[in-house]
Order: sequence, then structure tokens, then C-alpha cells
Amino acid sequence: MSATEHLKLVIFCHVDHGKSTFVGRLFHDTGSLPEGKLEQLQQIAERRGVPFEWANLMDALQSERDQNITIDTAQIWFRTPKRQYVIIDAPGHIEFLKNMVTGAANAEAALLVIDAHEGVQENSRRHGYLLNLLGIRQIAVLVNKMDLAGYSQERFNAIEAEYRAWLRSVGVAPKVFIPIAAKHGDNIASRSANMPWWKGATVLETLDDFKVCEPPEGQPLRFVVQDVYRFDQRRILAGRVESGTIRVGDKLVFCPSNKTSAVKTIERWSAPTTDSAGPGESIGITLTEQIFVERGAIAAHEDTPPYELTKLKARVFWLGRQPFAKGRPYKLKLATQEVEVSIESFDRILDASTLDVIARSETEAFVGRHEVAELTLRTKRLLAFDAVTEIVPTGRFVIVDGYDVAGGGIIVPDNYPRRTADSQHKSRDIYWNVGKVTARQRALRNGHAGCVVWLTGLSGSGKSTISTELERELFNLGKHAYVLDGDNIRHGLNADLGFSPKDRKENIRRIGEVAKLFADAGVICITAFISPYRADRDFVRRLLPAGQFIEVYVNAPIEVCEQRDPKGLYAKARANVLKEFTGISSPYEPPLEPEIELRTDQLTVAESVARILDHLHLRDAESDVSI
Amino acid sequence: MDHLSKLENHSIYILREAFNKFDRLAMLWSIGKDSTALLWLARKAFFGHVPFPLVHVDTSYKIPSMIEYRDRLCREWKLQLVVGKNEEVLREGRTYPQGRATRVECCGTLKKDALKAVLDKHRYTGVIVGVRRDEEPTRAKERYFSPRDQNMEWNVADQPPELWDQFKTDFEKGAHIRIHPLLHWTELNVWEYIERENIPVIPLYFANEKGERYRSLGCYPCTFPIKSNARTVREIVEELRHTRIPERAGRAQDKESEDAFEKLRRDGYM
Repeated sequence: MSATEHLKLVIFCHVDHGKSTFVGRLFHDTGSLPEGKLEQLQQIAERRGVPFEWANLMDALQSERDQNITIDTAQIWFRTPKRQYVIIDAPGHIEFLKNMVTGAANAEAALLVIDAHEGVQENSRRHGYLLNLLGIRQIAVLVNKMDLAGYSQERFNAIEAEYRAWLRSVGVAPKVFIPIAAKHGDNIASRSANMPWWKGATVLETLDDFKVCEPPEGQPLRFVVQDVYRFDQRRILAGRVESGTIRVGDKLVFCPSNKTSAVKTIERWSAPTTDSAGPGESIGITLTEQIFVERGAIAAHEDTPPYELTKLKARVFWLGRQPFAKGRPYKLKLATQEVEVSIESFDRILDASTLDVIARSETEAFVGRHEVAELTLRTKRLLAFDAVTEIVPTGRFVIVDGYDVAGGGIIVPDNYPRRTADSQHKSRDIYWNVGKVTARQRALRNGHAGCVVWLTGLSGSGKSTISTELERELFNLGKHAYVLDGDNIRHGLNADLGFSPKDRKENIRRIGEVAKLFADAGVICITAFISPYRADRDFVRRLLPAGQFIEVYVNAPIEVCEQRDPKGLYAKARANVLKEFTGISSPYEPPLEPEIELRTDQLTVAESVARILDHLHLRDAESDVSI
Repeated sequence: MDHLSKLENHSIYILREAFNKFDRLAMLWSIGKDSTALLWLARKAFFGHVPFPLVHVDTSYKIPSMIEYRDRLCREWKLQLVVGKNEEVLREGRTYPQGRATRVECCGTLKKDALKAVLDKHRYTGVIVGVRRDEEPTRAKERYFSPRDQNMEWNVADQPPELWDQFKTDFEKGAHIRIHPLLHWTELNVWEYIERENIPVIPLYFANEKGERYRSLGCYPCTFPIKSNARTVREIVEELRHTRIPERAGRAQDKESEDAFEKLRRDGYM
């Protein structure tokens, strides 16, 4: 017989909705009570002159019996013929939310107990929301005290409808609702004679249908380094495989340091030697090349690395006595990484029980105790992570305030950029690894800040001419300037793109990203692209800090452009040889509020360049670091 | 992964977290099956080594073969042993049953106070202990990383949250943390693991000619054998799969009052 399987079960219940009674009954009905325990408790009750309560079985602590509430997470075991169960006892009292979270964080299935008489309460709602946050997917709702509700099918149906709708709104889908009367054992181990209308499963049948969670297979490798040991003249990286499979010979990248090496051996003590390890295995590895790796590193295969960023979007629940406040540093622990973190911005702060948005002014930006928030966090150093929807163990974290773990969170999916080029993950926002040289230092050395001068307009409007002239003028003035020319880019970086709206959009996105890098390097980057779509230009504008994107509308009537036609393109378009030609067969959306508009049918090239230089000098007067 | 391997891997993870986080770390070794299985897990975690001292709180009332077994394993496994003893109370004879102390008072001085003295003397800030949640209800409330204040007291009503293997590793000066890598194991699991790994256990656990064996080991005045014919680890596993008698049934100090054990633990007992 193999070692006994356990299913970890958490029971959520509002105070007085009868959880302890239910558990006591469950134990009795499955024959799981220790010998003499029932008799012992009955004797104690008799000695105290109080009626025996099933609840006493769970509430083993003196203080609990006195207060009649369960004050901490306890674990107790019972078994059915199928397998063993561990009940993690999650208290219902609001003050003890942290114990509930502690208990529930490791559960594989949940039972939510609500009182048929009182119906759905604040805590019942909070529990639903937390279940989703904690990632518990196997759920049954027990509608208890049906005896006090006259075993009424209507009452049961009404509660189910109300609670199911609410749970749906927070992304929780219970497998089943079961009407029970824990005190009398109705529908727990056997079907209730009092509710002949109930044709569904009993509680025990439902439990036995739940699955013991196994880590999903086929995910990318995440090997979390806990420590580096030097035993017996060997350097062993000790850690746990959180997902995927690690094999001898695998080339690994250690994030976020990005050092690489290959697995030489997989180490275990007093265990069969194997050349691979899977999820959940605490192992050691040695490497072929000795590189500096320390605790916190997450090893991955090179083609499937985690994100490595300083900004992430998360859902956080807060348990701390002090609120989680903007402008204060905290410690974030994810796997074995520890980094300083602060709140960048709030999306929403919610009352977890009502899901009402809590409105707070900018001056009191915080998440209060027992509140949940959807927010953006900024870490001081690069953090390696995954979205919780992709890889769970590296997609969640805790926040430490002072000495205490005060909150937990999951990282929600977003358009996070990957370390490697990967067309599956197109970035809409750039997160920076802040280097040791700041933009300000670059600007002081160069004598000017980097920026992007973005020329947009029809083909033949004069963009290329102006851009090259502007570049020469700036160069002569001793400034660092560089032109990104449309045709040149399409020869190389964007050689794979055509002229469909989708490809035009991607063309501009890549140019925008490159321009931003130039600007960040301290260069005045001049771009000359038709860039016909407003949305694409606005996208690039959002990539850059305020004031560093200078949109220049190079405006000439299409007749003038067509007359100039320096590359003979209008002629081809009119002859229908060129498809999707801007202004003829493809739209051009003029800027609504460009920084500069140049009517090139009225201005000379020199005048146009002077206008742009004026604008750049204008910014000179406004900021201390300037062009 | 099978169930025992899951338990084992999780315990190894916890042991390594403790070793990384505490400069002054020690492990309590009661010579019993649990802390010996834990010792085995430590050797697994650290590739055959035990990189911290083992603390044995010797009440001088331990069954003599326990001490022989302890010293043998220390030699064979190259263990660093620190023995804690409350010499003063022993000298003055304030013990149970010879002295005037009750069982619980005796546990308090010979075990709890002796432990505190050892921790203070060696300034340990992390102490690894082999308690399990299924042993008795008070231990079921425990955390993997469980803080004790300067007076070794445990605030059971206000414990840190513990989720996703993120443990409390920051604490005030003077406090120490008890680390419980076996918390999620059951008595049956421990025996199944002893069987799988072939871990040497003290023969007191096996039934003698009188049909008695110890199920839980402690001091001889307060520990009594149970009726059993289980003479091998295999037979113990089989017995435990069917028993409904609690593990600590042979431990008399738990029964002096309804909440005796809880009081002991709150004050710093293991």
C-alpha cells in the first residue's frame, strides 16, 4: 500500500454559521474521531453543566471555548474510504482574516458554509473574493441550518441564486451547492430524509470527487535558488523546481542577473541518481562553468525566461495593522527574491465584501486593513517574475512591513516586455532597468537632453529634406543628432513589414521604440515617416517622458506633394501600380495638436528648420537641463 | 510525485530557508522518531551534512537506552551535540515524582527552562523543532516559522500570516523563531518515511515480549507504553493505519488539566 494521499481542504464560514458543528459532525459520520474523544467532550460538557456541542471538538483551545470563536488556523485529519483529508480550519471572524488566508493559501479545495436562515453575509462575500485571489478552484457551498429554514427548497434556491451570481462576478464558480443541517447530519454522509427534493450529491461524495492538486506539466522551467553550498569541495546551488523540468546538460539563464551556464549534475542525498527533476522537487545542481549566482536567482531555459522588470501590475490583499501607503518603502518577497518596493499607482481599491470601489483622495493614497487593491508596484531592483496566470509559484508574492508579512498579492497579466525579442509579447509600455548613468548626467555632459523630433506628413511634403537639414544644423551646433529615415529602416530593421494597416502600425511601433532608445541615450532623434495614423503617433508619444516627443506636422496640400513627387510614387499610385498609398488609396490622419506645424508650400527648407530649432531653444528657457 | 516525496521536498525547502535566514541556528533533537526523521531530512537538505548543532534537553529522566542511541548516532553521523540540563532543579530535587513538583511543573523546569537556558547561552535565534500539527490540537495552531518573544512566550492568538512558503524571517531583537519543518506530516507519514528511507530508530518503539511498545517517548516517570504487537516498522505502519487511539495517550503530563499542554506550549515548551 502506498503512502496515504491527502487532500487539503479549507472551510470558510461566517461566525455562527455552523462550521465547527459541521466539522464535528463530519468527523463523527466518517468514524474519524479518536477513541474516547466524543465521550471526553460529553463528560466535560456535563461537568460544566452545559449541553454538548459538536463544535467543541474543533475548538480545542481553552480561549476558544470561552469566546466561542475559532481564533487560529488549525489542521485536523479525517478520512473517507477513498482517502485522507486535512481540514485547515479557517476562522470566520473578520479580525482573524490573516489566519484564514494562512490556512487557505495551501488548500486544494474549499467548502463555503452559509446559514440558510441568515443568508449571504459580508464575510461570505469576502471569502469568495479571496478564494479567487488565493487561487482555489475546487469549491462547494454548503447551505447550513436547513432545519431552521423548514428544509425549504425555495429558501435554498434563493440563496444559491444570490450567492452564485455574486461569486460569478468575482470569477468564482462553485462546483455545487448542497443543502445541509450539520447538527442532524442531513446530506453530510447520507442523503437527508428531510429534504427528499434534493437529488444532488452529499458532502462526502462531493469531497471524494475533488482532485489532489498536482503541479501542471509542460510549463517553462523555473528553478528557484535558495542558497549556494560548498560541501565536499563542490559548489552546489540548492533550490526547488517550481515549474517545468530541469535536466543535466540544460543551458540555464539565471534571472535577473542574466548569467548563463549549463547543468553539470543534479544532486540529491541518499536518493536514486537521476538526470532530471520536476515541479516541487527540492534538489541541488552543479554547473559546468562557475558563475556568480546567489539566493534569489530564478533559473530558466534561455528561450522561456521570466519577465525581468521593475514595474508590475498586481492584486493585493492587505492584512497589516498599518495601511499599505503610497510613498513608503516596503519589502517584496517573491520566491527567494527580496526587493524594496513601493506603490506606483492605484487602479482600484476595493472593499472585498461588497466589491465597492473605495474612493480616496491623492493625499490619502493607501490600502487599508482587509482591503484589496488593484495597483501598479515599482521595485527598486529588477525583479524576475511571471504572471500568475502563466506560472503560479513565481506569480505571487508577499509584502513585508517592518518585521511583519502584512500583505499578499498576485501578479496579473499585462503587456510586459520580454527580455528576448519575442513577437508574441508586443510591448505597449517600456519598463527600464535603471542603469548607473542617469538621463540627467548624460544631458549635463552633452549639453542637451535627448528627445524625439517626429516629422509626419504626406509623401513629398518635405520630411526627409527637412530632417537631413535639421540634422546638419544640429551637428554644426555641436549637438548629438541622428535621423531615422523611413526607407532606410525598411531596408533593415523593418524589412519584414509591408504596407497593410497592421504592418504600418508595427513599422511605427518599432521606430518609436528605437527612437525612444536614442532619446534615452541622450540623442536628438529625428524621424521622417509618413506615420499616417494618429493612434500610432500617440502611442510613441506615450513612450516618452513629457516634453521629449516633438510632433512636427509637415503640411503641404496633396496637389503640391503630387506635383513634387520626388520618387515618382504618386504617379504609380494614380496608375494603381502602388496599392495603399497614403493620401490616394490609404488615409492620412493629420495631427490635432502638433508641437509644430510647417506649411512647406509657404516656407523654405531653411525657415522650416529654423522653426524647429526655435522650438528646441524655447524648451531651453524652461528647463535647466536643455538643448 | 507521491505523497511522502511531497512532504519530504517541502520539509527540505523549509530547512534550507531556515539555514539561510538564521546565523545562530540549532535543531532540537529529542531522540524520538520525529526529530530523528527530521535529522534525516536535514542530511537530505544539506547533502549528507548537518550544518548546525543539535540541542538535546536532557531531563536526566530519559530512558537510558535513549542516551546510548543518541551518542551512537552522534558518532556515526558526525553530529555536533549541545546538551541542556537544569542542574539547579535536579540538585534541589524539585522534580516529579520524587520532589514536590507536579508533572506539568516538572516539564516546565526540566524541559522548558533548560531549553531557555541553552538558547540564551548560545544565543540561538532560530530553533528547528520536529512538532507536527496532528500531534495534538495546540500544535495544530502552529506556523512553520513561529516567533517566540524574549520570554519564549508564544502569542497563539496573534500569529503572523504564512502563505506560499513565505515565512516570517524578520523579527525584533531578543525574539527567536521556532522552525517546524515537520508540521504538515502525520504520525503515520513519519513511520512510512522511516520505512522508505530505512532510518534507524530507537528499539523502544517496537513491541517487547510483554506485548507493549512506546508510541511517544519522554521521561520514564510520565511516559507509558501502549499495548501492541508491532515489532517492525512495517507492523507499526499497519497498526497506525487502523488505530483510533491518540498518539500522546501514553504522555501523562498532557492530562493533568484540560489545557495543560496548551499552557506548557504558550510558555515555551516544545
